[in-house]
Amino acid sequence: MLHSPAYMHIPDGYLSPIISLVLFLLTLPFWYRGVQRLRQMVNARSVPLIALLAAFSFVIMMFNVPLPGGTTGHAVGGALAAIILGPEIASIAISIALIIQALFFGDGGILAIGANCFNMAVVLPYVSYAIYRWLSAKSPITSRRRLVGAALGGWVGLTTAAFFAGVEFGIQPFLFHTANGTPLYAPYPLSVSVPVMVVPHALVASIVEAVITVLVVAYLQRTNQPLLELVEKPELVAEASRPRRLRWLYVVLAVAIVAVPLGLLAPGTAWGEWNSQQLASRGLSTIPQGLAQLENLWNAPLSGYNLPSLGNSNAGYILSAVVGIIVVAVVAWLFTTLLVARKPNTSGKSN
Amino acid sequence: MSATSETKPVKKRQGVIEHTLSDISHTLEQSIFAEDIARQRGLLQSIDPRVKVLSMVALLIAVGLSRSLAVIIGLYLLTLVLARVSAVPMSFFIKRVWLFMPFFTGIIALPALFITPGPTLVQLPLGLMITRTGAMTALFLLLRVSTSVSLAILLVLTTPWNSVLKALGVLHVPDVFVLILGMTYRYIYLLLHTVNDMFLSRKSRVMGRLSGAEERRLIAASAGTLLGKSLHLSGEVYLAMQSRGFRGYPRTMDTFKMRALDWACLIGMLLVTGIAIWLGSQGTQ
Repeated sequence: MLHSPAYMHIPDGYLSPIISLVLFLLTLPFWYRGVQRLRQMVNARSVPLIALLAAFSFVIMMFNVPLPGGTTGHAVGGALAAIILGPEIASIAISIALIIQALFFGDGGILAIGANCFNMAVVLPYVSYAIYRWLSAKSPITSRRRLVGAALGGWVGLTTAAFFAGVEFGIQPFLFHTANGTPLYAPYPLSVSVPVMVVPHALVASIVEAVITVLVVAYLQRTNQPLLELVEKPELVAEASRPRRLRWLYVVLAVAIVAVPLGLLAPGTAWGEWNSQQLASRGLSTIPQGLAQLENLWNAPLSGYNLPSLGNSNAGYILSAVVGIIVVAVVAWLFTTLLVARKPNTSGKSN
Repeated sequence: MSATSETKPVKKRQGVIEHTLSDISHTLEQSIFAEDIARQRGLLQSIDPRVKVLSMVALLIAVGLSRSLAVIIGLYLLTLVLARVSAVPMSFFIKRVWLFMPFFTGIIALPALFITPGPTLVQLPLGLMITRTGAMTALFLLLRVSTSVSLAILLVLTTPWNSVLKALGVLHVPDVFVLILGMTYRYIYLLLHTVNDMFLSRKSRVMGRLSGAEERRLIAASAGTLLGKSLHLSGEVYLAMQSRGFRGYPRTMDTFKMRALDWACLIGMLLVTGIAIWLGSQGTQ
């Protein structure tokens, strides 16, 4: 079609329905994550917000971007969406734009929706965002480092997406062919399909993606900085959703702690944690000398989860578990307080 | 579709603004055309959208799974018959598939004719030869792509878009998701009009040609402005929805009713699909 960026929109017929299904299933957890994040951020507002953002993603794919040298191309806009909305929400917005393209405009196949969403709505935004954040970490909103991050994020993100598409094409002839070796879907092996997808994208489409991302970020730096801070603003995250999620975790933890003594009822040693005598009883007659020497090198403070002073080994086991949990909890608490205490320091006190 | 022929003043190189404008008008034109056909009287137009959506997905899977070229050709002929009885202009239906789509796929399939190892089918000069397996694999790809595209086009051309979306419920697509798809579709047109206005107003103030760098800056500024507008609009739309009683989840009215013809069509299509999948798994040619 007229407005598809190179051949990133995979039509039906290139991939086996089975691979399409697998890629769809791989995309599902990312959609779930996106919906969770949306609920956290805006809750009821999310419906119109995501609709408008998806419409924006669709329209941005129609923009012609001129490259130095005279060629023009279309961007996916995935890197830009990820930088402004975060990869989770960008993933949802781009997916919806892709689904509408497939359903109503014949860009990309319908069974291939999973594959197209995986490449352009998962790989592209997550990779771009990781690179952008890595390069622009802790830099001010107007910093040039953010521009470098945006450009590189767009380029690497789309090139990686093209690589994935190449791999998806390349495994088809290997997995699906008739008895006489006729490939049923995309006909080329990995050695052809990967370079054919990656090289042209790296030279044109990914550069278009980089150009549009860096120019829009630069434009927003000059004119609309709050848009660039959207992801990092903590006040957008609804406070209410936080403790509930933690409480759920505590329930799981409590169940686990209560269930642990059940292990006492089971006979035998934990699999793989045998000492040399137990190894011998399992038919391993010769123990390597090095292992035999090392065996007594390290004794854990509560070795075998038993306190020597306590006669009853079961009571000792439970006590060890309680001590273990307390130690882990204290370490985790120390970690979080240290990390949280840092933040007000940078903005509040002037040291 | 001849949207590009309408831009009269022929220059050596079309500017980015003109290019984007013509793409936008092409998209608008395409959907108006589809809505036009969806309102005509025909067999597919009179069938419950849920039956159409289910049948299309089932047939797509049959086309996708088939290991037999004959089955794929049979299903393609079926789409032609269905288009014929549903007031879809034949020349458009065939051209849309065979002129635009395999342009791409054709270029991709071409080298496969020569490089797929197998017994020689045709010996060409310069030491080139078309292998039998190469020809088969190219045919598989071309026919599968065009039949799948024909099926998808048939659904969209004979069903108004809001009915397509509502019918997605039978595939267990959640209501909220259908609502979002519908709103997105609606706002795509609003944003397209906005961009159209932005570019037209800019074009009316430009004398001569813009340089590449200026064009890039213009495109980026438009994209940035559009993003700001979209976010702002989403806030307003939310307030409008809230004032009309929206509480974060949609309520849909189920207005579809299955009639005898719908049941007959559903059973017929599922039978065809079943037979196609069975035949397709048997044959290797």
